[in-house]
Amino acid sequence: MFQRHITKRPKMAPVLVLWLAMCLGATWAVDRGNFKTCDQSAFCKRQRALKPGDSPYRALLETMELTNTRLTLQLINDNNKVRLLLELYRLQGNITRVKINELKPLKPRYEVPDVLIRDPPTEPLSVLSQDESGVVLSLGVESQRVIVSVRPFRLDIMEGHDVLMSLNSRGLLAFEHLRMRKDTGAQYTLVVFDFQATKEEEEKAEEGMWEETFKSHSDSKPNGPSSISLDFSLPGVEHVYGIPEHADDLKLKTTDNGDPYRLFNLDVFQYELYNPMALYGAVPVMLAHNAQRTTGIFWLNAAETWVDISSNTAGKTVFGKMLDYVQGSSEIPQTDVRWISESGIIDVFIMLGPTPKHVFSQYASLTGTQSFPPLASLGYHQCRWNYNDQEDVRSVDAGFDEYDIPYDFIWLDIEHTDGKRYFTWDPHKFATPKEMLQGLMDKKRKMVAIVDPHIKIDSNYKIHNEIRSRGFYVKNKDGGDYEGWCWPGNAGYPDFTRADMRAWWASMFAYDQYEGSMENLYTWNDMNEPSVFNGPEVTMHKDAVHGDWENRDVHNLYGLYVQMATADGLVQRSGGVERPFVLTRAFFAGSQRYGAVWTGDNAAEWDHLKISIPMCLSLGLVGISFCGADVGGFFKSPTPELLVRWYQTGAYQPFFRAHAHLDTPRREPWLFGPENTALIREAVRQRYTFLPYWYQQFYHAYRTGEPVMRPLWVEYTQDPATFAVDDEFLIGQNLLVHPVTEEGARGVTAYLPGKEEVWFDIHTFQKHNGAQNLYIPVTMSSIPVFQRGGSIIPRKMRVRRSSSCMEHDPYTLYAALNARGVAEGELYIDDGHTFNYEKKEFIHRRLSFSNNVLSSVNLVPDSHFTTNSWIERIVLIGSSKPAKVTLKTADGNESQLEFDFDASMSVVTVRKPGMNAGADWTVTLQ
Amino acid sequence: MAVPCLLLVLLLLCGAASPVEVQRPRGVPLSKRQFYEEDKPFTCLDGSLTVPFDRVNDDYCDCKDGSDEPGTAACPNGSFHCTNAGFRPAFIPSSRINDGICAVIRMEKEKARMSGVFLELDKDGDGFVTVNELLPHSELDPDADGTFTETEAQGLLGGVDKVDAASFESVWNNIKEKFHSESHTDTPAPEETYQEETKEPASDNDSELYPDDDIPEDDDDEEDPEDEDLDEGDYKVVPYSASPKLCFPPMQSFFKLLNEGKNKSVSRNLEKEISFDFGASAEFAYLYSQCYELHTGEYIYKLCPFNRVSQKPKYGGSETNLGTWGKWAGPEDNVYSVMKYEHGTGCWQGPNRSTTVKLTCGKETVVTSTSEPSRCEYLMEFTTPAVCQEPQNVGTTFQGHEEL
Repeated sequence: MFQRHITKRPKMAPVLVLWLAMCLGATWAVDRGNFKTCDQSAFCKRQRALKPGDSPYRALLETMELTNTRLTLQLINDNNKVRLLLELYRLQGNITRVKINELKPLKPRYEVPDVLIRDPPTEPLSVLSQDESGVVLSLGVESQRVIVSVRPFRLDIMEGHDVLMSLNSRGLLAFEHLRMRKDTGAQYTLVVFDFQATKEEEEKAEEGMWEETFKSHSDSKPNGPSSISLDFSLPGVEHVYGIPEHADDLKLKTTDNGDPYRLFNLDVFQYELYNPMALYGAVPVMLAHNAQRTTGIFWLNAAETWVDISSNTAGKTVFGKMLDYVQGSSEIPQTDVRWISESGIIDVFIMLGPTPKHVFSQYASLTGTQSFPPLASLGYHQCRWNYNDQEDVRSVDAGFDEYDIPYDFIWLDIEHTDGKRYFTWDPHKFATPKEMLQGLMDKKRKMVAIVDPHIKIDSNYKIHNEIRSRGFYVKNKDGGDYEGWCWPGNAGYPDFTRADMRAWWASMFAYDQYEGSMENLYTWNDMNEPSVFNGPEVTMHKDAVHGDWENRDVHNLYGLYVQMATADGLVQRSGGVERPFVLTRAFFAGSQRYGAVWTGDNAAEWDHLKISIPMCLSLGLVGISFCGADVGGFFKSPTPELLVRWYQTGAYQPFFRAHAHLDTPRREPWLFGPENTALIREAVRQRYTFLPYWYQQFYHAYRTGEPVMRPLWVEYTQDPATFAVDDEFLIGQNLLVHPVTEEGARGVTAYLPGKEEVWFDIHTFQKHNGAQNLYIPVTMSSIPVFQRGGSIIPRKMRVRRSSSCMEHDPYTLYAALNARGVAEGELYIDDGHTFNYEKKEFIHRRLSFSNNVLSSVNLVPDSHFTTNSWIERIVLIGSSKPAKVTLKTADGNESQLEFDFDASMSVVTVRKPGMNAGADWTVTLQ
Repeated sequence: MAVPCLLLVLLLLCGAASPVEVQRPRGVPLSKRQFYEEDKPFTCLDGSLTVPFDRVNDDYCDCKDGSDEPGTAACPNGSFHCTNAGFRPAFIPSSRINDGICAVIRMEKEKARMSGVFLELDKDGDGFVTVNELLPHSELDPDADGTFTETEAQGLLGGVDKVDAASFESVWNNIKEKFHSESHTDTPAPEETYQEETKEPASDNDSELYPDDDIPEDDDDEEDPEDEDLDEGDYKVVPYSASPKLCFPPMQSFFKLLNEGKNKSVSRNLEKEISFDFGASAEFAYLYSQCYELHTGEYIYKLCPFNRVSQKPKYGGSETNLGTWGKWAGPEDNVYSVMKYEHGTGCWQGPNRSTTVKLTCGKETVVTSTSEPSRCEYLMEFTTPAVCQEPQNVGTTFQGHEEL
């Protein structure tokens, strides 16, 4: 939901009238004036004023200490003599950690807790050589070395003769040390900026250091300036990705001619596309890729952060590049990146790949993997702000049956509560929530209700009273409870950074605490940036206090903590048995461990449909696989064509939920005439047939950290044609999706990657060669999706009312053969909703086809689970006609199977082989 | 586990399980039984393929049209036929077969009764109620002149000689109040009959339901894991909603109302009125220049037909225009069933407010409810005698009034 600009309407609550007064004059686009540019953010402006040059920092080799696990070394700023402490770690799995803090800060600087899943295990570092100009350290792997240069200080990470990455090579290491305020008489302020400071700049820089105002909001900055910055050079790199969340292309752009990419969790009303403005979440992780190597930078800092990107080839035209090539120009392409944060320390993890999958695994070893979601949450979700009452819920639920469209979750937005008091129900509209939930449960369906982190200040509200009496609210700069304006009017914000607060919050989801809740009720955390309607940039004041720290330090973590505590609550209410499902809007590095995210309040526009692809791809690259965009668009009303295309796209994205703004006309799938209803039904049904594949992909993501929805370049690392593709994507390795995102489209051009690959249209089984741009004519019913030759995808073709209804249904195996007549795939089955998979209660099988034999073998011999599901059909795509097909089961029995052969598409369909999905078997074509 | 499905009973009424019915595979409608002959190869109903008969209902989809699996969930496009003796037969998507849910269809009492009457009237069991089958029911004589003519009967059937079960619904509205069953002095509640027959614990008479699936498989069928669920009684009794308001106002009062309306309107601005569409027979004219209010907790809603709809807070505050008269907006075959009021006060970022007024037949002219299904799109339920269907044969009389 969004910062409310409410209409003048009779039913408006009195509080909202006040708000209305504040919001008049809203227009459709984002009001950029509400959000800071780099120039309006004092530390960003100060930092950005610093241009590349010689760094004033020098390494003091005499201070170097090398233990088994780390190297420490002091750095000195020759301009102001302030010393920093550098710590260097070599971490298991080819990661180098660089930490830089003040040697003796006036007070401790914030180091981000709770994001790393553990203290990363280290490996020994050793000194290869040392002289007065520097030290060379071995990183162990493949002749990798770190060179520490003394004057100016810089770090170069080498492999053989190649520089993989350089730090401070442009001299942009900057550390605003903590200092006493000038008017208190301290001398530190003589040097107001640590580097390259001229007298003139000092005066100028003074502004905004100890106090800053934006619009009518004042930031008191009791700790003064504290920002940090460091530059990274990436030789040979032209493509960098990641640092979500931005409504922008997959391939990050250079920022020389505009603002840097901003990471600062904000509730941006009606966000604009294709710009670097901050949005709801922040993951400070960037990936760099070229045909030889993929690396990653994880900047572990939760304060407001800006990222500048420049490139020496960015300005060049294709002709210019060609000229370079013809003339043998020796200039190596290079991308330079600079990170700037408002407070905290420099704590950066350099993930050295060398492949994308190595980087995913390296990042997962630090922050964990995607939580394994309940199977049902991969089905279709029907949401709207708001389903008005129980009767509305009942009739929408019945509509899905009447129109024979499957769905698993129906959602309730804020209006379901008693006056925006979360954990309660409107006594008139939702008088008997358990009855409603039971009605859904009878159809094996589920519900999500919203629980936001702003708490109505109302002495008759239990949640508020408890939080207040326990002192759990975030405090304002003067020590009182911080109060801000949100949906309920005046609200407090629980301090989710406190472990005791989170434990209490989690306990509120117990069935005896959350009245009206049942086991098929799940949770949605919205507004957790946090959104504060009357706060600066619609969020919390930076000088608000969380224990020992300011919001300035912890800001981007708040949303992660809210989802963490909520997910814990859902786990605990079931005694640790059931998997939670929690959707969040704000997020940070590590949020993948707690559930799903969506791209916030988008709009019913074609460009918003298009941007859903790069936005979710960027999130997937940094660990957050469970991503989706509001199908249909939140604001405005989609045309039927846009709505259908959005369903078709959403059906192939990880989190598949339709949502709509309160002010828009109803848009349940059957409201646009029989033809559109049929098109939407077909898209949703396709989703359900692929649920076994989605589920297995999520299991894989949980195990490895690899994204479910992934850019082409992740699989085709050496094909530059894939590097910037973001109008199509892969699901796992085996499905390529090129959704139709153009109005009135008659065709799309899809790039089918891989010289060796063949791709099969999943609808017609038409075969196409890889490494080509394929023009595909489309109609309204077309969803261009291709299965990779060489893969086996299990599907369930008996689509029912919900995913749970399909639990015992049989599988159809789609084996698409590659040019060598080989195919491989996996089948993963468990109970779909408990944590018992951690006890190996699952079936995980490898399916492979080669030498005309298809076999199923157990991948995890000590796993144990039984299923009623069986194999009802095997479809061999790209196969020649066999004379006979024989099934051999584990007990040695052999039987002949019937089959059908379609000569036009070379497809063998084996009829009803009938073996249990968990059994060993082979099917032989002769 | 849940309440035992008292409908074990009703299972008997579904598909092949019914002992009184002709043998046919599970899920096959009677009308198609001739295509499913045991011991003969089965040809898909679309003619696309012929398979051995043991492929019928063998839980594998052979036919593109799903016709070989009428009783299993194997075909994505299949459907399961439930005879529902005493009720209207129904097709259920095959995706609901053995999905572990007792797929209860809410059958309103009224509809149940209607289906029972249909079966009773359809003496020859050909699936149609004909004029001749109706004639013995002299109580249905529309003009109650003692002779129930074929023309009158035809009128009740909507001007045709026979109607099938689906079309019977509209006929039912015309005859239900007068209809007397031959078999009982009182109209039997069909659900009671079933309960007696089946020796199940008596249920609340207000509850009526039946499962459309989970029929025990034929003996030769493979074992069905879902049958266990059935034994455990994993089903719920779902009460059906109250019977709908139905009406058939005495025509006399209807004409009285109509004439009053017309006279009034004549005395007013005739010129303006003529520009309005007051219905095929100007039956809605009496609504013109009237207003009807509905008081809710917070608001007074006002419908002034052919003029505007508004909403006013009870405790102070100004009136909001929810739309001014736009057009008749019912479906093609019944355009005078819905009124649309448009271009009301604008909504922020949204459309202008609008109101859809649904007209239902009632003795009183009254606004019965309002709601706002979408923001700024209101829905109003309005009853008026003017939409009540008049029997065909009164139409001519009515024409006479048209000249004024």
